[in-house]
Amino acid sequence: MTLLGDVARWFADPAHYQGSDAVQTRVLEHLEVSGLAVLVGVLLALPVGLYLGHTGRFGFIAVNVANVGRAIPSLAAIALAIPIAGTLLGAANGLGFWPTFLALIPLAIPPVLTNAYVAVRGVDGDVTEAARGMGLGEAGILRRIELPLALPLILAGIRTAAVNVVATATLGALVAFGGLGRYIVDGLALQEYDRLFAGALLVALLAIAVEVAFGTFERAAVSPGIRVQQGAL
Amino acid sequence: MTEGEPLIRWDWIASHLDEFAFRLGEHVELTVIAVGVGFVIAFALSLLILRAPRTEGPITAVTGTMYTIPSLALFALLIPYTGLTVVTAEIGLVSYTLLILVRNIVRGIRGVPADVREAAVGMGYAPREVLWRIELPLALAVIIAGVRLATISTIGLVTVTSLIGQGGFGFLILIGIQRFFTTELIAGAVLSVALAILADALLVLLQRRLTPWARAA
Repeated sequence: MTLLGDVARWFADPAHYQGSDAVQTRVLEHLEVSGLAVLVGVLLALPVGLYLGHTGRFGFIAVNVANVGRAIPSLAAIALAIPIAGTLLGAANGLGFWPTFLALIPLAIPPVLTNAYVAVRGVDGDVTEAARGMGLGEAGILRRIELPLALPLILAGIRTAAVNVVATATLGALVAFGGLGRYIVDGLALQEYDRLFAGALLVALLAIAVEVAFGTFERAAVSPGIRVQQGAL
Repeated sequence: MTEGEPLIRWDWIASHLDEFAFRLGEHVELTVIAVGVGFVIAFALSLLILRAPRTEGPITAVTGTMYTIPSLALFALLIPYTGLTVVTAEIGLVSYTLLILVRNIVRGIRGVPADVREAAVGMGYAPREVLWRIELPLALAVIIAGVRLATISTIGLVTVTSLIGQGGFGFLILIGIQRFFTTELIAGAVLSVALAILADALLVLLQRRLTPWARAA
């Protein structure tokens, strides 16, 4: 298979580990914009999801946010972020990091919000009732009872968000951002299939690595006693 | 974005309705083929899982990994073999539907109460009849929920296939990005979201039609 040979040579070529287009630089760019977007998404969505789940109000919002989030195509999100970033931050920031970052945040919100809501709603009413009877305040119930019990599903939601975001950050290359999508978009434009294939492999491996890393973290962070079957999203 | 250019030029939209119609046809065709082929494969895989539960682990692992690989990367991995063709687009689109569809078909059929199944067997239904006349109708709500999810995400993913020369409304988004023409880009994005919402609504109606007994819930 000559293509795989070309791809192996591409990875072996020291020139691909130097300068602004180096593999390690692209991986870091990719992880940086993804990490920041997931962080902001979690900071926005988690408190809202926990609060809605705790009070049990506005459940339709929590569920519909997830459905609307699914309906927005990733390419459309990136595209729409160009005029938004341009308007908010000036035309100079209409390309590159900012539109990519802004487009990724809304992709991180739905799974986090919905899973947090569903997880806290799903906590056994008898348990919270007992806690209330023992004199715990609402904040204490949320922090010391509901949060630990809801943790597996919440972490699963963050994992889904992180994998989606890492996948979609690839499209940032279309709006002049770096990241691993650069190799795919440039490889397509120049018809350099070794670069294209190498970039695609790197993106695929990165997405799978993120999935596996979060899965391992979830198993380590969640007490075995409350491990439940997952997969709400 | 060019300075002084309005965000949306309505006159451009009014003069490109023909192109929108053409892209709509393309988008629908790519989606219907993907979900249709995906459903046939997912159905076969689900029956296999139900007959031989040991296959569930490997099938879930493979379809789950396909689902995790970013769409653009999957298309890129196929291009050296199948080129910038509809085939490349459809292999990618179909593979993304499998995880969702298999999960819902299996979950739906497993959710059929054992009493109902036993009653059917007791009344002399052959295994094939139990599947087609008892289990599938009762599982239909969950199965269609899976088809809705698969359809919505496919309609979104079709826009990405514009990068490999297909794309429906995604073509408008891509050209809009390349020309810094916000009108075209927003038109493509809005039409794609609108198509997803419309398709979802139609599938909800279909489900109500097919499962009149579930309407009370």
